[in-house]
Amino acid sequence: MLVKGIKSRPTYNGITLNPAARKHLVALEAEGAEALLEQSQSANSEEWSKSEILFVATSATAADYEQKMAALKANNVWQAPTIPILLNRLSAVLSKSHMGTCLYVSGTEGFIGQVMQVAMNHGIDPASIKTEHRGSEARRVQCVHCKGFTDNVRTSPYTCPHCGLSLLVRDHYSRRLGAFQGVCIDAEEPGTAPTPEVMFP
Amino acid sequence: MNINFKKETFRDDFTFSNSPEAVRRFPFPFHEDKYMYAVNMEPHVPAGPPGHAYNNPIDVDEHYLSEMEDRAKVLKEDPLRYQALAHMMAAQWDTLELLMEQQAASYPEHFSLTKNGDNWHWINRPMGIDQKFIFGNASTLPLEPLEFITRQAQGDFVIVDQRDNNLWCDAGMVTTQADWSLDFDIGMNFMEWHGPVPLAHEMGVFDRALKFLLNLQQGKPVRRLNWTMTINARLDTSPENYATWGKDRMTVTPDNVGDKVHLRCELQSLWRLPRSNAILFVIRCYLIKMEELVTIPKWGRRFHRVLRDLRNELADYKGLTRYRATTVEWLAKYDDGAATSPGIFPE
Repeated sequence: MLVKGIKSRPTYNGITLNPAARKHLVALEAEGAEALLEQSQSANSEEWSKSEILFVATSATAADYEQKMAALKANNVWQAPTIPILLNRLSAVLSKSHMGTCLYVSGTEGFIGQVMQVAMNHGIDPASIKTEHRGSEARRVQCVHCKGFTDNVRTSPYTCPHCGLSLLVRDHYSRRLGAFQGVCIDAEEPGTAPTPEVMFP
Repeated sequence: MNINFKKETFRDDFTFSNSPEAVRRFPFPFHEDKYMYAVNMEPHVPAGPPGHAYNNPIDVDEHYLSEMEDRAKVLKEDPLRYQALAHMMAAQWDTLELLMEQQAASYPEHFSLTKNGDNWHWINRPMGIDQKFIFGNASTLPLEPLEFITRQAQGDFVIVDQRDNNLWCDAGMVTTQADWSLDFDIGMNFMEWHGPVPLAHEMGVFDRALKFLLNLQQGKPVRRLNWTMTINARLDTSPENYATWGKDRMTVTPDNVGDKVHLRCELQSLWRLPRSNAILFVIRCYLIKMEELVTIPKWGRRFHRVLRDLRNELADYKGLTRYRATTVEWLAKYDDGAATSPGIFPE
């Protein structure tokens, strides 16, 4: 039973650029790029000149986004081959960032969660980070039993690739871990796990 | 008052039981014949008949040594049950001071604390611990202050930091929990941490509780009782080990209810800490078997009525659904329909 409406479930309120910021640091994953591109008309050239964009493509449309982002004339657009590489770069950039830097993140929830983890490790208040969920609803989940993380979980239950238990994906979310919680679904009657259903398309 | 510490287990062969005195001192969590969520906080001042769990602010009982042994086993299997975020060190020392002072004041034959400026000397006779250290200097203790002292105190301990008009679960020792994970919840605020609890958010219970706790004053601790049920006398009903203990819920039969089914009461006390302005949240777990519970006729009658009439959402959340009917049927034998007196204490 997936309990809905759990208060730890994050909400994402959009990534409109804040003109008061001295610098815009923007981390984007795949379709997350659209959340920024949609501001190409409303934001003026000064905002773009204050922007550093870190982008990771995970789909075939990557080249298309790359071209459109180049047209924004941002101070810097950098493309990472994978999410871990983007997170490394983000960490390096944050270690040299100053007061007045505003962080924006858009992409899947798993991506947003991991970017926020890096940012929190650099002392950024998570409430100050602007976020927008774009792309699939797939989740990053931690198995509460073996503590293994799994990215892009689309079904509930799912089989933990680390310990093999069949896990119910809850709405309970840890910002510190950047993950939802997975709990054994058939602990009381082993072997009775229902067939996985696509819950997070 | 010398306590006769019992040697017993909370796993495998489950030799735990309560002496008749321990039954009478049990903090029975129902003051009337029905149950619904409430903020139900009261000043944590000594109360109850002589010997009751409410007599001392930090209660030590006959299960002390065995509970500490069980905690050590849990930590050996899973060290993440103890965690403290880096900014919580002042609150760790606050907690060490509070627990040492309270245990020494209430049980001088078992614990003593001598202070000479910052040079402190702690003796825990039942556990055979004799430790001199410098208060405020973590390198003079074998473990972090919070871990050191909570390996010597019954109950789970969570320290919540107060900032941004909220309370943050930022440190804890959690090995006797009713199915929640410190490792997952550490760093969450009050609403997030209680996120999975059904109905209570909509009732405004957490809004009121938070408002109340933000104003908690030093020297004026408060308490409340919470409850659930546990099959077999297992203290460590953690989500981490759910795959181990979950199947116990399938093992209840009309013949074994008395021994297997336990009412699990949490005596929660909340203390404002002096240096850190954090709040120490003590979640002390007491277990009682159904066959022990019904030796107090008032409790047998009342618990039968509470369990029978409990709302299904609450029964589901507390994980009672699989054995509730069997237990209610067993308890019915002890409910003659007579009226029960108000309050939680035995008649």
